Amino acid sequence: MSKQKLVVVGNGMVGHKFIENMVEHPDYANYEIVTFSEEPRLAYDRVQLSYYFSGKTVDDLMLTSPDYYNENGVRFIVNDKVVAIDSINNKIVTANGREEAYDKLILATGSYPFVPPVPGREQAHCLVYRTIEDLEAITASAQGSTVGVVVGGGLLGLEAANALKNLGLEAHVVEFAPRLMAVQLDEGGGELLRAKIESLGVGVHTEKNTTEIVKGETCRYRMNFADGSHLETDMIVFSAGIRPQDELARQFNIDIGPRGGIQINNYCQTSIENIYAIGECALWDNKIYGLVAPGYQMAKVAVSHITGEAVEFTGADMSTKLKLLGVDVASIGDAQARTPNCLSYTYLDQHKGVYKRLVVSPDNKKVLGAVMVGDVDAYGNLLQMMLGDIEIPGTPEAFILPAMEGAAPALGVDALPDSAQICSCHSVTKGDIFEAVKGGCTDLSGIKSCTKAVTGCGGCAAMTTQVMNAALTEMGVEVNNNLCEHFEYTRQELFDIVRSKKIKTFEQLINTHGQGKGCEICKPAVGSMLATHWNDYILADEHLQLQDTNDVFLANMQKDGTYSVVPRMPAGEVTPDQLIALGQIGKEFNLYTKITGGQRVDFFGAQLHELPIIWEKLIDAGFETGHAYGKSLRTVKSCVGSTWCRYGMLDSVSMAVLLEMRYKGMRTPHKVKMAVSGCTRECAEAQSKDVGVIATDKGWNLYVCGNGGMKPRHADLFASDLDDETLIKYVDRFYMFYSHTADRLQRTSVWMDNMEGGLDYLKSVIIEDKLGICEELEADMQRIIDNYECEWKKTINSKERLKRFAHFINSDATDDTLAYVAERGQPRARIDMAARAKIGKGEIIKTLDITDVAEPV
Amino acid sequence: MSEVWTDICQFSDLVKNTGVCALHKGEQIAIFIDDESQVYAISNYDPCGNAYVLSRGIVSDYKGKLTVASPLYKQHFDLTTGECLEEPKNSVKTFPVRIEAGKVQLA
Ligand code: SRM
Ligand SMILES: Cc1cc2nc3c(=O)[nH]c(=O)nc-3n(C[C@H](O)[C@H](O)[C@H](O)COP(=O)(O)OP(=O)(O)OC[C@H]3O[C@@H](n4cnc5c(N)ncnc54)[C@H](O)[C@@H]3O)c2cc1C
Ligand code: SF4
Ligand code: FES
Repeated sequence: MSKQKLVVVGNGMVGHKFIENMVEHPDYANYEIVTFSEEPRLAYDRVQLSYYFSGKTVDDLMLTSPDYYNENGVRFIVNDKVVAIDSINNKIVTANGREEAYDKLILATGSYPFVPPVPGREQAHCLVYRTIEDLEAITASAQGSTVGVVVGGGLLGLEAANALKNLGLEAHVVEFAPRLMAVQLDEGGGELLRAKIESLGVGVHTEKNTTEIVKGETCRYRMNFADGSHLETDMIVFSAGIRPQDELARQFNIDIGPRGGIQINNYCQTSIENIYAIGECALWDNKIYGLVAPGYQMAKVAVSHITGEAVEFTGADMSTKLKLLGVDVASIGDAQARTPNCLSYTYLDQHKGVYKRLVVSPDNKKVLGAVMVGDVDAYGNLLQMMLGDIEIPGTPEAFILPAMEGAAPALGVDALPDSAQICSCHSVTKGDIFEAVKGGCTDLSGIKSCTKAVTGCGGCAAMTTQVMNAALTEMGVEVNNNLCEHFEYTRQELFDIVRSKKIKTFEQLINTHGQGKGCEICKPAVGSMLATHWNDYILADEHLQLQDTNDVFLANMQKDGTYSVVPRMPAGEVTPDQLIALGQIGKEFNLYTKITGGQRVDFFGAQLHELPIIWEKLIDAGFETGHAYGKSLRTVKSCVGSTWCRYGMLDSVSMAVLLEMRYKGMRTPHKVKMAVSGCTRECAEAQSKDVGVIATDKGWNLYVCGNGGMKPRHADLFASDLDDETLIKYVDRFYMFYSHTADRLQRTSVWMDNMEGGLDYLKSVIIEDKLGICEELEADMQRIIDNYECEWKKTINSKERLKRFAHFINSDATDDTLAYVAERGQPRARIDMAARAKIGKGEIIKTLDITDVAEPV
Repeated sequence: MSEVWTDICQFSDLVKNTGVCALHKGEQIAIFIDDESQVYAISNYDPCGNAYVLSRGIVSDYKGKLTVASPLYKQHFDLTTGECLEEPKNSVKTFPVRIEAGKVQLA
């Protein structure tokens, strides 16, 4: 049997969805697909189009790639418009003269922006807002303009106004109707939105009917309105609604509606049996759906019909939730209260700028619709109640009143049936999400990749998270990103608060943003943030209580309550005299001495009261603290590099010393380690470090987010062939961005594995400065570097602090419970056999006696 | 029978929400002070970690109880009762403590 040939006209969001659904269909082998696009590229995410102005690239927006189509045998022709349908001979013709026969034809031609027939609209700088090319034209036009006007105060118009504002223009919105977003909002909602948008400096002009666009006096153009008023502007973006792209149907005898749109039945078939129409070009039950989710449903229905199944299209919900110019707006169902005898509840808070209206059935039991501006938290619940025809639990007003003691709305995701649709774009139900969680997707990025929820319009993100959390809770996994019971914020949010409010102490933070007294989770976490940001002395009175076991005495506590001492030895470099000094100190205090895995010397068994005396001697010998105790930079390992090694490309030791001296003392969410290798043989193991540097014949290669430890991870190559200065700049930015955004005790490797957008995103932030924060990151790092002080030097010079380094506050006696045995010529903490047995799960592990091996001479 | 109070250290030697260790009648005692200048005394011995270290832990508000988290393995000890909240069999003794005329005293 030869394959059925499907020709898809238009490769927009819905056309692509159709192809994707076909490719994933078990019978795909029986089909062959060809698609044509008038645009110069394959499908991209039009819903997220406006992010193009805030740094997303065309690549970020792409929904698919030539590779995907090639791998799946989908032929595609871009930049060529289908101009004729021959429905007798079943073929189409393109503008470039290409002919293509079909068995089934799918029209997915979308819509085009409606430009009202105002005289003067065809001049330069009068633009529309639909494609990437449109956005490029707007950017270009904005460069020579200071004022911009958007015609149309609907959803897209406001998005366009936001774009103009972000491009630095004085922005205005001109609307024909008496209020903004007339389709979605009622009068109260529209008024409040207007006030909010005006307060952002965007001019709002309602009830304005533009009669002509003429030459301006202060600006390029003047728009004259029917009421005699006018507005001067340099550019105009028309966003006055969309019209279905039905020109092919119109010209080739396929039925269209009286006001346009290709008529389809419940199977998405047009008046010609083997021609389907889906997406914004299709007219179902006299309705055009200007949203992507109904289009995706049509794509699914068409695939099902073609492959012999019988899913029907039965209409779609038009509820929306979005952020426009930073203002949250949502509209559900019958927002305008048009249902006969329905009842309304309204809540208005002019102080906070919140408006909510809930429309319920005449018997007061079911949600029919809602409008929300300024606070849309109830969206998910209300939408589910409406879609699921669920009876309102408790009193309806509870859902729009602000949460007060005792009046909390009752409907959690638990009340929803498994079949409740959570993501309408991709028809993902509550049951699907539960299944995904049970299958191992335990975070949002996992859920996104296995169910596709949240990857369409994004409106279901909050609800999806709630359902995911409910599933996790059901499985007994604790879910809560709050730092701890004392702070209802994540670490990242708290860090933002510390920075923006310039908070300097724990007390200030818990009084203003927390509750209770703090615990061993939040105190060190906040201590670390304050240290990262201000780099004040961590043992100052106000910070002392925050420091964890090791930080509080600037040494690592061992199992018996004694400490280890690790002086810094940048890059593992040490002079013979320093080695002698170390030897003398170890001997004098009878310390167990070892070379660590980080290329330096560690002393063990020092008692609390000995720490300052040992440090005094170390400092005299030229050492500084090694921060072995801190969540901070540990070591920068190095290989010998070009100074001695015959393969060395660059001087890895000098670079490692430079890096260690630069970042020493920097406090981070977890410890960080670095290494520098002189060539690709990698003797310093740089690719297992948070930051690794490897010399090449053209400069330094920078690797990030490697880890040894419990779950090893190879570092990712971040940038190649850097000079010294660029290398340091990137590392500065990297560490600060990590410090600002990671969770508490999250190593860079785990941070990277959880980062949305992954390595590419990190590169865009650090190399391309996509978020525009690099200057701040560098300044933050410079402050740390400028405020560096050896904590031990400071401590031994403070009489007050030294008091704490006594085992007893009221006696010079020492802890007489400590006991050591000799092992290979050094002291070793005594391990009793019972403790060993515990380690061996009850059985004493047999060990060889090696206590006398290698007794030093 | 009236208790005999012994001076241990100056009140000013204490830093809010931290502890110090005192040697008193042959016992190691951990003394803590909270935000409101209330003092607490419990044994310095951590039975879970098997070392004399409790005075060096973080003062922690754990489910509404003021506790110290052991610096070794982070079990919480109630500062008022000495109860080990995770492993009640490892609870520790408490001691009478007070502040008198700028001095910290144990009985
Ligand atoms: C001393 C040393 C072992 C040695 O004798 O060589 C050591 C000793 C300890 N390591 Fe380590 N680590 C030492 C090198 C390493 C290395 C090797 C390296 O750095 O190249 C690793 C693997 C590399 C890595 O971190 O990616 C390593 C992975 C860990 C981990 C697991 C981290 C992880 O991400 O999974 C921990 C636990 C933690 O930090 O939560 C840890 C924790 C510890 C602690 C701090 C545990 C503790 O809290 O008591 C140990 C205290 C030592 C002390 O008192 O000084 N240590 N530790 C090494 C000190 C290096 C230094 O000079 O500062
Ligand atoms: C700025 C903006 C923001 C939006 N925000 C949202 C939102 O938040 N939520 C939401 O649900 N929806 C939103 N939408 C609407 C959403 O983008 C559309 O519903 C969706 O793109 C419709 O998909 P489609 O495939 O039907 O049409 P399109 O994506 O427009 O695709 C149609 C494609 O067909 C091509 N084509 C047309 N005729 C021919 C021909 N004869 N030959 C070859 N190719 C042809 C067109 O060039 C186009 O590439 C937004 C739209 C815009 C412009
Ligand atoms: S990494 Fe290269 S330069 Fe460094 S010691 Fe090894 S072989 Fe020599
Ligand atoms: S509803 Fe649009 S992405 Fe889920």
